[in-house]
Amino acid sequence: MDTYILYGTAALFLALSFFKDKKKTGMALKKAWKAFENILPEFLVVILLVGVLLAVLNTEMISKIIGAESGWAGVIIAALVGAITLIPGFVAFPTAAMLLQGGAGYMQIGAFVSALMMVGVVTMPVEMKYFGKRLTILRNILAFIFSFAVAAIIGLVVGGI
Amino acid sequence: MKLVLKRYRAFIITVIAIGFLILFNRQIGLKAVNISANSFIEMMLVIPPVFLLLGLLDVWVPRETMVRFMGEGSGIKGVLLSLLIGSAAACPLYGAFPVAAVFMKKGVKFSNILIFIGAWSTTKIPMFLFETASLGVKFAVTRLLIDIPGIIMIAFVLSKLISKEEVQKIYQNAENISK
Repeated sequence: MDTYILYGTAALFLALSFFKDKKKTGMALKKAWKAFENILPEFLVVILLVGVLLAVLNTEMISKIIGAESGWAGVIIAALVGAITLIPGFVAFPTAAMLLQGGAGYMQIGAFVSALMMVGVVTMPVEMKYFGKRLTILRNILAFIFSFAVAAIIGLVVGGI
Repeated sequence: MKLVLKRYRAFIITVIAIGFLILFNRQIGLKAVNISANSFIEMMLVIPPVFLLLGLLDVWVPRETMVRFMGEGSGIKGVLLSLLIGSAAACPLYGAFPVAAVFMKKGVKFSNILIFIGAWSTTKIPMFLFETASLGVKFAVTRLLIDIPGIIMIAFVLSKLISKEEVQKIYQNAENISK
């Protein structure tokens, strides 16, 4: 659904651009391709690493790790798993819902979801290419710490601890 | 050719490593290849329009406009716009970096770039709808309400931690990458 909107928007602007100025449109296409090709090697590596990671760490395993523990130990593990793995949202949210049903706490799931979305250990090579090493590491560390704040508040509000 | 080899060196090494993984553990190796192939296809479906829009933005929107809306002195307007544009995104975090590079090239303020990245990573509107459906309204709304100040706070702390020279270097690098 999102993809259709995205394609629709891109097609609309492309048509508009082409209608207004063919030469500029050509330039835009060239820039788009170059920006893409520039990052392609890093993308490919990330995709392969994620493939290996997800092949090794299956859902049951993640579930076992976060579901069995409770308290801050579980939160830390959940945040670590979230930080390392790169699961698309449409897989992650139903998985999180499943984990909740399987007995995981809201706090752990809050940490998992938050770290999953904000921290990207495997995408760090891509991030470093744009933002340099220091900023990338700092951003990921801060986002990781922030996941614990999210976990605590979600545990308080949703879990009612 | 040599340059291409050098740029794709890490990729080639990873492919060889996965080859060994398949030899070592056929089941996990093939599963990894399968998952990678799937996410590659998924990426190829989502990414072309993002880069296309980026190219168009780069060519059509003048630097002055971007500076006015999101540059130094754009104030709360710049913060809100960064949050909004980041939240409207529909693809994973790695898609945000090329966009950030073009924004930097167009003179968007550093802290707004960081807010944009933060919003892209965690307050995406399509994802929020999905989160609501799977984890409940209370969970999704609570997370959203913590995330917005959190993103701004992280952006603020980061821009304090990074020196002016480093910011300049990052902007220079962005200029080179999205030429």
